[in-house]
Amino acid sequence: MATWTRASATPEAALADLGLPDHAGPWRLALERFLAHRLAVASLAALLLLVVLVLFGPTLSPYNPEHTNLNLRYEPPSPTHLMGTDSLGRDLLTRIMFGGRVSMTIGVLAMTVAITLGVVLGGLAGFYGGVADALLMRFVDMMLSFPRLFLLILFSVFFGGHFLTVVLLLGALSWMGVSRIIRASFLSLKERQFVEAAKALAVPNRVIMTRHLLPNALAPIIVAATLGIATAIIAESTLSFLGLGIQPPTPSWGNMLKDAQTDMSIAPWTAVFPGLAIFVTVVAINFIGDGLRDALDPQHVIRSARR
Amino acid sequence: MSRYASRRLLQALPLLLGISVASFLIINAVPGGPLSAYENAPSITPLDLQRLEHQLGLDQPLYVRYVTWLTHFLTGDWGYSYATQQPVLAMIAERLPNTLYLMGTVYVVTLLLAVPVGVLTAIRQYSWFDHLFTGLSFAGLSMPTFWLGLLLIIVLGLTLRLFPLGGMATPGADFDLVDRLWHLVLPVTTLSFVGIAHYSRYLRASMLETLHQDYIRTARAKGLSHRSAVFRHALKNAALPLVTIAALDLPELFVGALVTEQIFGWPGMGRLFWDSATRSDYPVLMGILAVSAALIVLANLAADLAYGYLDPRIRYS
Repeated sequence: MATWTRASATPEAALADLGLPDHAGPWRLALERFLAHRLAVASLAALLLLVVLVLFGPTLSPYNPEHTNLNLRYEPPSPTHLMGTDSLGRDLLTRIMFGGRVSMTIGVLAMTVAITLGVVLGGLAGFYGGVADALLMRFVDMMLSFPRLFLLILFSVFFGGHFLTVVLLLGALSWMGVSRIIRASFLSLKERQFVEAAKALAVPNRVIMTRHLLPNALAPIIVAATLGIATAIIAESTLSFLGLGIQPPTPSWGNMLKDAQTDMSIAPWTAVFPGLAIFVTVVAINFIGDGLRDALDPQHVIRSARR
Repeated sequence: MSRYASRRLLQALPLLLGISVASFLIINAVPGGPLSAYENAPSITPLDLQRLEHQLGLDQPLYVRYVTWLTHFLTGDWGYSYATQQPVLAMIAERLPNTLYLMGTVYVVTLLLAVPVGVLTAIRQYSWFDHLFTGLSFAGLSMPTFWLGLLLIIVLGLTLRLFPLGGMATPGADFDLVDRLWHLVLPVTTLSFVGIAHYSRYLRASMLETLHQDYIRTARAKGLSHRSAVFRHALKNAALPLVTIAALDLPELFVGALVTEQIFGWPGMGRLFWDSATRSDYPVLMGILAVSAALIVLANLAADLAYGYLDPRIRYS
């Protein structure tokens, strides 16, 4: 009965369906290749540590991120305030951990919006082609002809810097690259024999796209999604730095740096630590993305090995 | 080639037109607007608001306003700023040279450093030099531009007092080339760092691929020196993708300049855009978007033409 709905999308799933062991399925191989990338593994560990710190740190910290204490303004880093205090006597480390929740959440959510838009629009354009495809691609060309920050600023000025608007704006202005990748891979994948076979079995287009095309185009999506988080975190911090992103007193790494701009002659640590948090997070994500690319795209590794 | 160039320019016109329509829609579609600042002012009656709206032409339908804007724009009348009442063209003409001066320097510095770094990291792959610059470029690609700017200000400006903290020149002083260059150092370093990281990575990958091509082995086999094979044969081919990347990055450089201009108090286009966006100054915003779109389209054309010069296999038809 309608076995095609459960048709195995990947070879190792097929093996599993047949009750065979999946000694060397592509995902298993990819995992092994990823684990061999020492820098990526170390970065993953560092990132997980950061996430744990950001998630549980604020609860464990004795300080409140929004509690001001004017007797403790501009305290340099010390055992009681590991990263010092800011112009209102707030503990910087607590604010950075709290801001990390905001910045990381925005990064992940904005990436999710961008990838969803890119995959849906690019996938439909690549699969159906025709006028809609041509229109969409011209639209993408045009969107890419604007400096992205200009559009971000224009929209943020008018829509205000609420958490959700920042997420939606960042997502809505970052899907173009992904849509191009997905469109291109759907264009070539839909000519393959397994798609022809599925069509011959009267599998609906929706199922062909989600069960047969998408799993085969997953590798570049995963890499783009990883790197997309890094880009979104930087974009959010830039917006908040300009005063258009997350609004104080809610801390985000970007708006902490905005405050630091006026304080940095007296208290340079207020400018150093929030930026360091962004930097470490983004470096880690970029290395993980690099490792994932090597793991998921063996062709790429073979090419670099031959060099 | 010149026929090709002129045809491409003609083809760019619809794109520019499309961009101008989109800019107009975006700027006007968003809520707020130049009148919102007065809406809650007690001294301004609804009648005043209506008169102001009529004066600015905002009571007309959108397409009428667009056509009016376009015809005026094409005849060189770019309108007047809502905020300063100055002609938009004059405001842009005042700021554009400052941005071009900054961006031009950044471009030259970036390419002058990125090309040797890219080539050397490729021919000495896995050496300490390669590892050092690979690490540095990962840092450059992961660093928010504005944070680098702040760090440079703290270390080189505030602590060591080597460089001025902002501005284009010492205020009130006569023109002095050394002073000018001194003010250029920190913003140019900030903007170039990311560019160097980006381009040298790109060139490294491209060089590695090219160095293993048969024609390089042939060149070496027929007795060409290593240097000559690398620089005359490999680099010219490996630089091809860099040309496209460099041209396509031009809008990004514009953007990087916005934040950098903000930090270093540089009176350029980026800050003009920022000021205009925050006070809903539609005419100025339209002028800036038009100029930047034109720059981007021209940069793309320049990339295509340079491509043809570097790679004679490409024939324009």
